[in-house]
Amino acid sequence: MTPTLLDTVEAVDKVFLYIFGISLVLFLLITGVMVAFAIRFHHSRHPHPKDVPSTCLWLEITWTLIPTLIVMSMFWYGWQGYLSLVNVPPDAFPIQAVARQWSWSFVYPSGRTSPKLVVPAEQPVRIDIVSEDVLHSLYIPAFRIKKDAVPGMTTHVWFRAPQTGSFDLFCTEYCGLAHASMITSVEVLSAADFKTWLQTPQLAAGAGKGRQLLEQYGCLACHSLDGGTRIGPSFAKLAEGEKRPLAEGPDKSVTVSRDYLERSILDPGNEIVQGFSAVMPSYRDKIGEQDLQAIIDFLLQPDKDAAAGEPRP
Amino acid sequence: MGKVIQMGEYFRRGFLEPSGKQPALFDWIFSTDHKRIGLLYLYSICTFFAVGATIGLLIRLELIAPGRTIVGPQIYNALFTLHGVIMIFLFIIPGVPAAFGNFLLPLQIGARDVAFPRLNLLSWWLYIFGAIMALSALFGGGGAPDTGWTFYLPFAGETTTNVSLAVFGVFVLGFSSILTGLNFITTIHRMRAPGMTWSRLPLFIWSLYATAWVQVLATPILAITLVLILSERVLGLGLFDAARGGDPLMYQHLFWIYSHPAVYIMVLPPMGVVSEIIPVFARRPIFGYWFVAASSIAIAAAGSLVWGHHMFVSGMSDTAVLVFSLLTFIVAIPSAVKVFNWVATLYGGSIRLDAPMLFALTFVLLFSIGGLTGLILGSAATNVHVHDTHFVVGHFHYTMFGGGGFAFFAALHYWFPKFFGRMYNNRRATWAWGTMVIGFNLLYFSMMVVGMHGMPRRYYDYLPQFTHLNQIATIGSWILALGMALMAVNLLIALRRGQHVGANPWEAATLEWTVASPPPPENFEELPQVSHGPYDLKRAGEA
Repeated sequence: MTPTLLDTVEAVDKVFLYIFGISLVLFLLITGVMVAFAIRFHHSRHPHPKDVPSTCLWLEITWTLIPTLIVMSMFWYGWQGYLSLVNVPPDAFPIQAVARQWSWSFVYPSGRTSPKLVVPAEQPVRIDIVSEDVLHSLYIPAFRIKKDAVPGMTTHVWFRAPQTGSFDLFCTEYCGLAHASMITSVEVLSAADFKTWLQTPQLAAGAGKGRQLLEQYGCLACHSLDGGTRIGPSFAKLAEGEKRPLAEGPDKSVTVSRDYLERSILDPGNEIVQGFSAVMPSYRDKIGEQDLQAIIDFLLQPDKDAAAGEPRP
Repeated sequence: MGKVIQMGEYFRRGFLEPSGKQPALFDWIFSTDHKRIGLLYLYSICTFFAVGATIGLLIRLELIAPGRTIVGPQIYNALFTLHGVIMIFLFIIPGVPAAFGNFLLPLQIGARDVAFPRLNLLSWWLYIFGAIMALSALFGGGGAPDTGWTFYLPFAGETTTNVSLAVFGVFVLGFSSILTGLNFITTIHRMRAPGMTWSRLPLFIWSLYATAWVQVLATPILAITLVLILSERVLGLGLFDAARGGDPLMYQHLFWIYSHPAVYIMVLPPMGVVSEIIPVFARRPIFGYWFVAASSIAIAAAGSLVWGHHMFVSGMSDTAVLVFSLLTFIVAIPSAVKVFNWVATLYGGSIRLDAPMLFALTFVLLFSIGGLTGLILGSAATNVHVHDTHFVVGHFHYTMFGGGGFAFFAALHYWFPKFFGRMYNNRRATWAWGTMVIGFNLLYFSMMVVGMHGMPRRYYDYLPQFTHLNQIATIGSWILALGMALMAVNLLIALRRGQHVGANPWEAATLEWTVASPPPPENFEELPQVSHGPYDLKRAGEA
């Protein structure tokens, strides 16, 4: 058996069955014997304790050796399964996953980025995981895979989706305020659809570009475009000259301008909008000047929600 | 069972008698009597447990439905952090060893006190100071800590909440634990009564002995790790910051080098409690005394080498995964040996199912579920799927609460008559036990199932497919709370109005039952000459 030929689900589920099966038998045995003794030797039926020896070497040896063999087999089986999870098939399609508080962004070899993990069916995919801030963890329960995103390190997982469909993708390493919203999905497309999706050019300039950058930098995880309240204030009503009340005091406010937006992105710990708290990480050194200006252009135009549409698969 | 003191017989309050020389409160908080210090711990630990359990109920209530139910995400994150810190550092680590260990250690080995009584009092004071510090972090600047009890860096280094104060509180608590450990080791080596050989040592003492070594050897690593968090936050050293050449994984190693052995600090003394109770209520000597004693030492030793199984998906090397998975399975063996010996003790006995025995047998079952689900976590392949999901939360509640907590309740019901000289209502205690068992399994079994389905832990909000199991768990939490409330009421009533009992209501053979209930201030008028083993039940009540 060459472990890498097994799909991740197959490799892991066999081990689950093996350990759960043996555990269930052991548990029923322990419980059964205990309950049987408690009934059989209850003082109402058995008023005087029997004088049997209270130590027995061969029994002790038996119930040390048998569990040793059982757990060693579990260990070995589990290790074999683990090898299937870490040995990536050579023909795997490479995708990079970028984790940040509190969103995912997936980068394809062509340079295309997506907030959802779009993969082809039936082909192995390798995901290289990086983090831009704190620890995160990429978890796709449907494929039994999980790996932490560690700042300064690249980790990886692989899987093969047998058919098309949509599956949940979670962050499972606690990463702060909106940890529970750091959820996206795996969209499995047929090989042909995937090829088409991959070749569809992303909008390069104008409104589409701005919208795409918001997704790429994870802004939309916390700031809505439609006016809904998330972790941070919505982008919907942002317009030059508008006054926004600040959290500092009842009469403190700030006027929306290019300069204000730039400050809010690079130095988000100050000038907190009323009703929100200072939780946004700074994007200083994380965002280039061009991208920054493109985002600000987009944020200041009216009717942002309709401006870019849904550039989704 | 139990010889109730006849009407008109003189009832002495033993060590509970106030000195009359100073306010009664001072009699307690400045007492160096190990029994009073034991009760000080017991009262403080029960108080913190009540707080921690209330927070647990709030967490469950929030999770009864997806989306916001009672609190927002920031408060939710603070709640689970607080629940963890309180339950781990203020309840379960000191729970059995500091409260019951302090009270019983000298009594069980035939000594008048621990080796260093004043150091013992200092330990309690450190515990209280540490607790106050950790809890006052709630109200200080920046808001309640929101890092989880694990304080994982880099997040714990960056969050604006009041992590530093909480971390410093835990640092102080660590010293309380180290000093208690030192005190116990010295006491067990130096203060045993004549005739109290190592082979006559009660198994509870063996378990305290193994635990004390872990406390002394592992807790300093926690202390230094906490200092490193503080220096990261205050001085910005960058030890764990990849951008400056540091290593975030190093923090996890340092944290778990203490915190995994700590789970054995939490569960070894409870195993000792169960080893005391089962023989007395089965009327049979413990089966395989030496194997039960040695397995405590084996668990403490092997358990110090398995911390890496918290890190299988952390990005550490595959070789490390191999080694830690192997060592993790090895630690399962002595735990299994204990379970088999407990069950074998029942054979041929004359079993009474009073409340302490019900709690002790439930410990065996719940701990077995916790241990067997632990195999899933020890195996590398399956660990990947369930790591950091609700499966892990369910699993460790089975070991820590189903194990540690239920043994704490067993100990409470077993030694209550010794502590206070009064007996509780056994019928009510049985009802409370039954309610708790039902609630407990509904709560934590649902959690394990929802974790298998993929629900991550520390999630304020969840996807709709997880709703049903979360609702069952929340309902279970109410039933469990009801049972615990009933138990508390029953014991509080007994404290006031319980029937007086004699020295040895359970007809047990360990030394604490040879002195009056409650014991006199100096324990033994003259040190006993020990002439039999701890489970020689035919000679119950003799030294």
